[in-house]
Amino acid sequence: MCTAVRTITDSTGSNQPGSTARARADTSPWIETEPWGVVGIRHDSPDVVTLDLAPPGPFEFLPGQFNMLYQPGIGEVPISISGDPADRRHVLHTIRDVGPVTSALCALRPGEQVGVRGPYGTSWPVDAAEGGDLVIVAGGIGLPPLRPALYQALSRRDHYGRVVLLYGARTPGDLLFTDELSAWRARFDLHVSVTVDAADLDWRGNVGVVPDLLLRAPFDPGATTAFVVGPEVMIRFTVRALVEAGITDDRIYLSMERNMQCAVGMCGHCQLGPHLVCRDGPVFSHRKVARWLGIREA
Amino acid sequence: MPGPVVFESNALDQLLDAIKRRGFRLVGPMIRDGAICYDDLSSAGDLPEGWTDEQDAAHYRLKKRDDDALFGYNVGPHSWKKYLFPPYARLSPPERPPDKPFAFIGVRSCELTAIAIQDRVFLGGHHKDQHYESRRQDALIVAVNCGEAGGTCFCVSMDAGPRATRGFDIALTELLGENDHRFLAEAGTTRGAEILTEVRTRHAQAADIGAASAATENAVASMGRVMPELDLRALLEDNYEHPRWDDVAARCLTCGNCTMVCPTCFCFSVEDVSGLSSDSTAGDPERNRSWDSCFTIDHSYLHGGSVRVSDRSRYRQWMTHKLGTWIDQFGTSGCVGCGRCITWCPAGIDITEEVTAIAADS
Amino acid sequence: MPQTLEPLLRDHKFFAGLDPDYLSLIVGCAANEVFPADAFLFREGELAQTFYLIREGKVALEIAAPGRGALIVQTLGEGDVAGFSWLIAPHRWEFDGRAIEPVRAVRMDGACLRAKFDDDPRLGYELMRRFARLTVNRLQATRLQLLDVYGRAHDH
Repeated sequence: MCTAVRTITDSTGSNQPGSTARARADTSPWIETEPWGVVGIRHDSPDVVTLDLAPPGPFEFLPGQFNMLYQPGIGEVPISISGDPADRRHVLHTIRDVGPVTSALCALRPGEQVGVRGPYGTSWPVDAAEGGDLVIVAGGIGLPPLRPALYQALSRRDHYGRVVLLYGARTPGDLLFTDELSAWRARFDLHVSVTVDAADLDWRGNVGVVPDLLLRAPFDPGATTAFVVGPEVMIRFTVRALVEAGITDDRIYLSMERNMQCAVGMCGHCQLGPHLVCRDGPVFSHRKVARWLGIREA
Repeated sequence: MPGPVVFESNALDQLLDAIKRRGFRLVGPMIRDGAICYDDLSSAGDLPEGWTDEQDAAHYRLKKRDDDALFGYNVGPHSWKKYLFPPYARLSPPERPPDKPFAFIGVRSCELTAIAIQDRVFLGGHHKDQHYESRRQDALIVAVNCGEAGGTCFCVSMDAGPRATRGFDIALTELLGENDHRFLAEAGTTRGAEILTEVRTRHAQAADIGAASAATENAVASMGRVMPELDLRALLEDNYEHPRWDDVAARCLTCGNCTMVCPTCFCFSVEDVSGLSSDSTAGDPERNRSWDSCFTIDHSYLHGGSVRVSDRSRYRQWMTHKLGTWIDQFGTSGCVGCGRCITWCPAGIDITEEVTAIAADS
Repeated sequence: MPQTLEPLLRDHKFFAGLDPDYLSLIVGCAANEVFPADAFLFREGELAQTFYLIREGKVALEIAAPGRGALIVQTLGEGDVAGFSWLIAPHRWEFDGRAIEPVRAVRMDGACLRAKFDDDPRLGYELMRRFARLTVNRLQATRLQLLDVYGRAHDH
């Protein structure tokens, strides 16, 4: 059975996350679709792997969306699609090994198979950010869901003012996509700043926190859209710094994470106050979720 | 739709037989383990004739009535989600759909509203749940209008009853006079109207209709609880840090009974098992779904820990979802005022009381 | 130095908004410094009587731990200030400061400044205000680093 996906675009206001490609509605989330093949694997860091998966049929996604990856008998997890939306044949998924399912996924070899359903969720308003500056801030495993947005922006580079990537990780060994970072750094039309929480002398880069990178980043706060992904604490510190720098919170977008099991708005686990993260997110404008970010155990 | 008809109570089996002939599996109320539960119904003789339920916070008892009413009680620990959204289901490999569609006999107005609410969750979004759909689409509903309120009911203030207005094939109102025992029956669908033609009925007279209205009025008048008529969504959104949550947390056992008996609670967890269990074909892995509750610690688990750890946060989640954020998510309230959560809570926590307390000093 | 360093002070973020008269007053405490890559600006334990306004390049604040080599706790760049220890007893540098890249900095003489604060406490207040803000920012950043937010879940 082919997993062709129809793209449905919803109209978007300037403050809404972008349009949404959707998994077919008439395919039950529980009926097994044809599995995808593992074409390549890459070890990005000691506990992070990027799987290059080949869909059995046409597949489209928008930056910020995720697929549910399935290992029969073990389980299913939401994984951000981390590659270039323009590449239809190599759909990249970056996975951190944190439990039994992700462990199994990280141990896959080329030629093996994965159950995939999706794409699900809202996307980064990359189009809506055109005409101004774009600041992308990633913490830790937050870079994979942002990379497709960066690819898309770079593919239409002249539609933006400045494009900035700020990225922080725990240690230099935890940095992801390092050869791409070097390539991006070499571009004159992209400002890339990387920092780590701690390092030894082999590291010649910044040591410090991501919000501090904003102080030296070039952007016009009145005309900037910011995308932020990382652990929630890092998000809160970063948003504070963005707002202090003069960016209004309706132009700040986040990708939120919650326990997801069905991905189709039915199992109740991914609630964040009034929002179902699988359906109304994972990309949200900060304005929409600020209240719940500030409530303990919301 | 033809006008209402009346049949004698001893003709109820004609109705049930007409439904059986159409290939339905009848389920309805009967006494099991000291409570009125839903189970397979073979005839009117299975119904709890002459029984009622005495309900209050943390209290449920069966009591004998002094008449022969067949539907003289309200709702017990079961709800129809037991059949439409069973506690345990295999998702993959897919289960065979049930051989016979369900006929629900004795569905209260609050329950009709609850079914409509779950319809929105499982069928109203971009994705439909096929498992629910296969059980729901052909289900036949014979509703019963309550003639008196249960001890914990508050359907009026939740705009969910006591009279069934839509979503049924047939709605019955039981009328007990000194010398007669009859049912007023209204058809809600052509299917329902056809079934009624196979029962010995007469046209309803003004007296019958008047008696049915009086029954409804009695149900309204006897309702002991009320949910405050406020914008609950806004009230709860504004009060996440209200001290009342600490108060209720001190009483709540996080046992999750409320979520099990609530007719609208829909949380489920998905489990994958390897093919080594004795129930599965050797080697085939399975995906199963089972009811979950936001009261469990794992409900909000997120690699390494849960978001909602304290009792306080989990009770708050349940109540703010049921009465508030459900509206944001699905466009209606999640509560139908059936009172089950109050009756079956071992600590007797009353959701209407909690709202009143928060509203009193918000 | 015959060539005044006033423009360098004025252009540095730390002195943004400082009354130009005060800038003229303190320029006498300033000296231009250049460090090649890998040179130390200061060493842990040495007497700290100065602080540095970094104009260009990158400085690593490092601490050497036996068995672990030298660990970098923070890097400072253009617009940053290195050195708080001159403000409080025992006036000893707490970390090594090493230029990771060639660094251009303005070195401010602490003793010289303190003498001027005695004459004009208002000047002292202006500088202390700026140091207080720097310290608070540094503390918040340090706390965020401490939280180790990117760490693996089961390390916590």
